[in-house]
Amino acid sequence: MTDLLFYIFSALAILCGLMVVANPFSRNPVTSAMFLVLTIVSLAGLFVLLHAYFIAAVQILVYAGAVMVLFLFVIMLLDIRAEERRRMKLFGIITGLGSVGGLACLLIRTIWNSGVGEGLNPTLEGETRLLGKTLFTQYLLPFEVVSILLLVAMVGVILLSKKELK
Amino acid sequence: MISSLKDFLLNHRDLVFAVVKIAAMFAVIMPMVAYSVLAERKISAFIQDRVGPNRVALPLVGNIPVLGPFLTRLGLWQPLADGLKSFLKEDFTPDHVRKIYFWLAPAIALVPAFLTLAVIPFGSYVGSQKMVLADLNVGVLYTFGIVSLGVYGIVLAGYAANSKYPFLGGIRSSAQMISYEIAMGMSVIPVFMLVGDLNLGKVIEYQAGGLLSWNIFKQPIAFAIFLVAAFAETNRLPFDLPESETELVGGYHTEYSSMKFALFFMGEYAAMISASAMMVTLFFGGWSLPFLGLNQPAAESALWVGVAHIGIFIAKVLVLMCIFIWVRWMLPRFRYDQLMDLGWRRFIPLALANIVITAVVLLALSRG
Repeated sequence: MTDLLFYIFSALAILCGLMVVANPFSRNPVTSAMFLVLTIVSLAGLFVLLHAYFIAAVQILVYAGAVMVLFLFVIMLLDIRAEERRRMKLFGIITGLGSVGGLACLLIRTIWNSGVGEGLNPTLEGETRLLGKTLFTQYLLPFEVVSILLLVAMVGVILLSKKELK
Repeated sequence: MISSLKDFLLNHRDLVFAVVKIAAMFAVIMPMVAYSVLAERKISAFIQDRVGPNRVALPLVGNIPVLGPFLTRLGLWQPLADGLKSFLKEDFTPDHVRKIYFWLAPAIALVPAFLTLAVIPFGSYVGSQKMVLADLNVGVLYTFGIVSLGVYGIVLAGYAANSKYPFLGGIRSSAQMISYEIAMGMSVIPVFMLVGDLNLGKVIEYQAGGLLSWNIFKQPIAFAIFLVAAFAETNRLPFDLPESETELVGGYHTEYSSMKFALFFMGEYAAMISASAMMVTLFFGGWSLPFLGLNQPAAESALWVGVAHIGIFIAKVLVLMCIFIWVRWMLPRFRYDQLMDLGWRRFIPLALANIVITAVVLLALSRG
């Protein structure tokens, strides 16, 4: 059962991921965004299969529920027809495929070298308390650095959007 | 054949019980949705000094003396007529809409409200069965995740209609829902700081001690913020700016008719029910009552206690539904800038302050 669900969610994630960037039926950015939502939801399904319920819930809450809604918000305010008319350029295709191919090679080599694991030991199963403790003891410095980075980004956005700030 | 079926059922007891629970839940929720529409019409009529729906009669039942006319006057059969009407009306698809999204949006609008109910513990135990569909350890995060998906139905409806009023409705809705999700999520953090667990069943157990251990008395500010945010998340007046009849005609569902419109309508009421169920679980002690020994999970032999717990839960949900309806007919609609001001400048700082105060008090109690 778990194996079957793994294949279903993986296939869905890959298929929807492809449809985000190379949809043969439509070049509508809203459709791409919706397929990205489906990809995120399938990834959340994979996290559930790994017993990482917390990550799965946060994945849906933050990415599908907030970030993608903002994407949609912005896309709907743009001129979509201009995007639909835009043709792909040869230079763009070559550089794009080159960089994706390089990354894919790196990823495949890493997976190849690491070998097959022995199945995981789900100690973190939905245990948010353990996750919190790890974050605030072992990984305290990275956690705080990321928080400050986000704060800087927020202040930056406010500064850029409010030009006549006194 | 029959014995192998019996074996299958015995070997997959969990599955069978889950299917039974899901079916029972639907059998309760769907009539609740239909009859909350009736309650809305009757209560609004009462508030505005009207009679409300009082005409629909069933052929045979209507002829029973006294009782028949009484039920008709109550409007008890009105949901049947409404449902039939939405099935039989012409399903008109305007020429300019984006067809796929136009079909998808009503379905997407209805689903999240039902998915939310999966983690709500609507009773303690009936026999050996725990009365919750999915007893997740991260229950409340799941709920917020699903609630945050609810916005897609409305945004896509606004986009699919491909005309101005629905588009404005969709844009408004996405901004409004994201703003109030933050306030809503932050408002419940103090509750979980008190309980010490994200599992909704544990939240109810924590409140089972007595009336004063209900979270509404321990965290009144959290409840106030959650209640207002729930109004905004379900697009109910005073925050129904996405549909706002007076300026946007009907907002996101302007172009919809027939059953597709009815799906949006049902989605709104189902969302109200799941928001009420969330509030009952988080703030009103869930299935527990502080007297008659009803505040402990039912023992395996005490079937009636388990059933009574489910009844108590539904009764509490109905009271909150009435508050939803009551507020709609008492308050005027906010302006959009007032809505944003209230969400970002009042509620989010208030919720943050509430978290800090709760943390300080908890720390002081654990030290002292």
